[in-house]
Amino acid sequence: MSGLELLSDQGFRLDGRRPRELRKIECKMGVFQQANGSAYIEQGNTKALATVYGPHEVTGNRSKIEHDKVLINCQYSMATFSTGERRSRSTGDRKSQEMQLHLKKTFEAAILTQLYPRSQIDIYVQILQADGGNYSACVNAATLAIIDAGIPMKDFVCASTAGFVSDTPIADISYLEESQGGPELVVALLPKSDQIVEFQVNSRLHLDNFEKVLDMAIKGCKDVHAVLTRVVKDHVGQLASKMSKT
Amino acid sequence: MLKSKSFVKKTRKGGVIKIVREHYLRDDIWCGSEACSQCKQDSFVLEKAPSVASDKCNFPHYILPDTNVVLHQVDILEDEIIKNCILLQTVQQEVKHRSLPAYKRIQGLTTNSDKKFYVFSNEYHKETFIERLGGETANDYNDRVIRKAATWYSQHLEKNGENVPKIVLLTNDRANREKAKNEGIIAYTVHEYVQSLTDKPYLVDRLAQLAKDENDKEKVDQDIKTGKGRNVLYPEHLNLAAIQKGIKEGKYKQGTFLSSRENFREGYVSIPGEEKMYFIKGLANQNRVVSNDTVAIEVLPKSKWTCPSSLVEVDENVDPEAENSLENDEETTSSVVNSSAQPTCRVVGVIKRNWRQYCGTLEPPSMKGGSRHLFKPAEKRIPKIRIETRQAESLLGHRIIVTIDSWPRNSRYPVGHFVKNLGKIGDKDTENEVLLLEHDVPHATFSETVLSFLPKMPWVITEEDLKVRTDLRWLDICSVDPPGCTDIDDALHCRSLDNGNLEVGVHIADVSHFIQPGNALDEEASNRGTTVYLTDKRIDMVPDLLSSNLCSLRGGEERFAFSVLWEMTKNAEIIETKFMKSVIRSRAALTYEEAQLRIDDKSQSDAVTTSLRNLLALAKILKKGRLDKGALVLASPEIRFNIDSETHDPIDVQEKMIRETNSMVEEFMLLANTSVAKKILKDFTKSALLRRHPVPPPSQYEMAIKAALSRGFKLEIDNGLALSQSLDKAVMEDNPLFNTLLRMLTTRCMTQAVYFSSGTVPEEDFFHFGLASPIYTHFTSPIRRYADLMVHRMLAVAIGYSEVYPELLNSEKMQDICKNLNYRHKMAQYAGRSSVELHTHIFFRDKVTIEDGYILFIRKNALQVFIPKYGFEGTLYLKEKGKDSIFTYNEQEPSQSAGHIKFRLFDKVLVQISTETTNLQHQRLRLQLVQPEVPGFSVPRTPASSSRKEDEEPPAKKLKQK
Repeated sequence: MSGLELLSDQGFRLDGRRPRELRKIECKMGVFQQANGSAYIEQGNTKALATVYGPHEVTGNRSKIEHDKVLINCQYSMATFSTGERRSRSTGDRKSQEMQLHLKKTFEAAILTQLYPRSQIDIYVQILQADGGNYSACVNAATLAIIDAGIPMKDFVCASTAGFVSDTPIADISYLEESQGGPELVVALLPKSDQIVEFQVNSRLHLDNFEKVLDMAIKGCKDVHAVLTRVVKDHVGQLASKMSKT
Repeated sequence: MLKSKSFVKKTRKGGVIKIVREHYLRDDIWCGSEACSQCKQDSFVLEKAPSVASDKCNFPHYILPDTNVVLHQVDILEDEIIKNCILLQTVQQEVKHRSLPAYKRIQGLTTNSDKKFYVFSNEYHKETFIERLGGETANDYNDRVIRKAATWYSQHLEKNGENVPKIVLLTNDRANREKAKNEGIIAYTVHEYVQSLTDKPYLVDRLAQLAKDENDKEKVDQDIKTGKGRNVLYPEHLNLAAIQKGIKEGKYKQGTFLSSRENFREGYVSIPGEEKMYFIKGLANQNRVVSNDTVAIEVLPKSKWTCPSSLVEVDENVDPEAENSLENDEETTSSVVNSSAQPTCRVVGVIKRNWRQYCGTLEPPSMKGGSRHLFKPAEKRIPKIRIETRQAESLLGHRIIVTIDSWPRNSRYPVGHFVKNLGKIGDKDTENEVLLLEHDVPHATFSETVLSFLPKMPWVITEEDLKVRTDLRWLDICSVDPPGCTDIDDALHCRSLDNGNLEVGVHIADVSHFIQPGNALDEEASNRGTTVYLTDKRIDMVPDLLSSNLCSLRGGEERFAFSVLWEMTKNAEIIETKFMKSVIRSRAALTYEEAQLRIDDKSQSDAVTTSLRNLLALAKILKKGRLDKGALVLASPEIRFNIDSETHDPIDVQEKMIRETNSMVEEFMLLANTSVAKKILKDFTKSALLRRHPVPPPSQYEMAIKAALSRGFKLEIDNGLALSQSLDKAVMEDNPLFNTLLRMLTTRCMTQAVYFSSGTVPEEDFFHFGLASPIYTHFTSPIRRYADLMVHRMLAVAIGYSEVYPELLNSEKMQDICKNLNYRHKMAQYAGRSSVELHTHIFFRDKVTIEDGYILFIRKNALQVFIPKYGFEGTLYLKEKGKDSIFTYNEQEPSQSAGHIKFRLFDKVLVQISTETTNLQHQRLRLQLVQPEVPGFSVPRTPASSSRKEDEEPPAKKLKQK
């Protein structure tokens, strides 16, 4: 491993955060007029845009129609300028396909799918800038966009990551911390019921340490939830005041 | 708590990439001072009213050193008078970047609560962070950051009223100092500050002798350019960029420099991945490198290749000012036939210095007075060091520690400074201390924290213990060890089973029961790695309570053990192997001699004796099987001093006797180690701690082959079996020691056996060459080796006794442990040897004896003679300084002859041994030839000094298996 000291003896990470602190989160709902729902989120330098269309009739292949629940269609892409090296990216590569699958599974578990049989919901997410925790940014953005679209869900879906450096769990790891090769836990949570809807582990993590890191990730999700709730409330408040004026 | 953020842009090599990183600034970083009431900190590092007597700063103050001060003057900072120091994160990071050893030392300071060093994370603090301006150099920026932090600290502390400590900035950069003064910061150079400390005037000696100011340095550079001032002795080093370019192009090579032990003008560079070492001759070609530095070399054209001069040469110059020439450096050896020339190179630059602190003595000055002196390190490979001290008088005749600061181009010797005085030369405690320091053996007493993890006394075996362990107290177990051994870690038993087979058990002290992974006790043991045995002292790996009591399998006492039980046929074929944690009670703690006597005494037939007889019979079969597979029997001299109980001086020398019982115990330990190695590899495929002995490359045998050939024997080196057989055949009727000597030479050709983590090496390389075993580890001495302790833990998991923990599965961490163990192990061996050497010297003090010796090496001006009785090697100089040699040297044979007398390898000579008294600083043993008589050279045999009769046979040598 390189000589980077991810956690100093004074307990600071490379960007000045303490182990349990998340990066700064900023978000905005309803950024597009055309889409049924849309949202933009910044988690530190990771920036994601999500748009939601539907529910509408199933487009394209009719054999995909499901008779008891809604079909969720996810598309994930990264902007050419999202990473340090400028590169044109095809949408259909393995990495984004995998990400699409994960997103789809996540939201199938959260959206009340049985309400809209024989229809389709499209979720489009794009990473504008990638700095670690792409999946969590996508999930959080999509959650806001779905709420914006007014599609009923069981709960918010909040995602966050956690890593493990020199025997300390660290929350919301950045690209620099991700690339050092340590273990990484990705969790998507329904905060109110504490149900985990999506869960990934990269690299090896010993079982003895697992509990601590998982707790850190879950705590991260709950912190994200607090921020998202506030944003939704603000947004709804603004809409309400606009409506009352008109 | 998140405040604001700034962007750091960064480009990397090749394509330009813009990297944007977040940088959070915070307001919850406290100042660490007890004098501060604003910060919401729970604990303080810096004292409320620090008091240091200083005539410049006669007010309470904290010091704040800049990067260069920390980097070069760690010795000063480590002195106990320096306390209450603020270490900026910026400084810490830069030090880490520039010198890892210095970084480790300041880490040690910050963790030491007495020193009161506070690390202030200034770059994350909202008020001390500043952005780098466009066009500002990194150095200027860092200086500005440091000044900013100093200002902030002063202002911050002032808010707490009067009489608060002030900040004193220490920097040797004049520009920085002036700017600081303009900004109202108190700033001094380290030299000014240290000189002002009235309590400790001698601290000045420990200042690194660098250019005191940037301007001095410039002046020297200018002098060099204009040819003024002192002569420039050495060529310039290339800068790192040029070196890297050269290495990429293949013009230069990177390697480690090793100075020759025999001749200070010669050295070698070993290049990783290349078998042959490159030769360097002459001080100018070595160009100011010191042993172990990582250097870049340029291979010279073939026409300039040369070879070692076979001269044994010691740097005799004692004048610290004599530095205007590298005297007869270019003494050309072009007479050497080019056929024997070796690839020769010269140093073009230094990639990384590997300087450490050196033990040694001050040379007596050539003239009285003056503060410049030469320091002579104990290690022969290190050049003399020039130091400045005003306490030379009191340091003469003492062992001192000195460190190198720099090696300017116009100085023949590196420039350093005094660090510590150890004590008088010849004093045993001082010499032991030197030994331990030189070999980096951690020998401080165990700290309170470490001792707190020891079991509480009285220690008793409880019911719970018995539940999880197999009770083997009914077995007739005994231990066999050298006399006087208090750390008994192995015991044996053997009993007949009903089916006619034998059950053999090896019981090893269960140290892992007492040392839990990860606690301070474990960390200390892991760092020490091994117990170090000096002739009169033992430096324990674990505290005494464990090593000589609770873990020692003493006779008649109940102890915890880790047992390996085999069911064997009478022909030593293993039918079943079992591992278990057990409770045992050793019936008797025997010495090798006692055990041998019991076996030989036909009248005894108690359980322990029969068990010993059976074991011996099995051991013989096992040993034969091993030798048939190609295990080597190698030799190294081992002697034992009888120590006077009052003065602790050695009074007599004995060779270690080897008995059948020694090899009996050894055989079963080998068997246990091999069985355990197989078992743990099964469960820990990637992280098992094993031991391997790499097959030495054929080129390493050259010396031994040549030596054997000179006596008409051929060494087969194709594989272990052939080698061992050809060694067996090399016997000379008229020279009974020839075989032993040849084995000694062969031993020196071997590579070292090493610990490794199984995940780091392909499986076919697990082979242990010396033992001819496909897999091996260390299991049988957990009291004195940390490796065994780790293996115990692995085996405990493998048999389901204990739970696995993360470190045990991490191959990288295991490899780190192995690296440390290998290093400690090697150093412990060297320390042990040096200790024997030291006692040999003390033994020969005021004594003149005549002994048999055998020629091991022949050099151009000396013979290397091995004295079997004392097991040491000495140099017999054939040429006195300034005189012509009466000997002619034949390099091919090799031989030295004078008249009709000819010295060849392995020849027996009679030598007179005495201590050289001319040089009190550095006593050495002096050998003089007695027989064969060479007129005008050999010394007469004085009957009074002859200590032994001629016809006495030299005693048999101990053969030591590796």
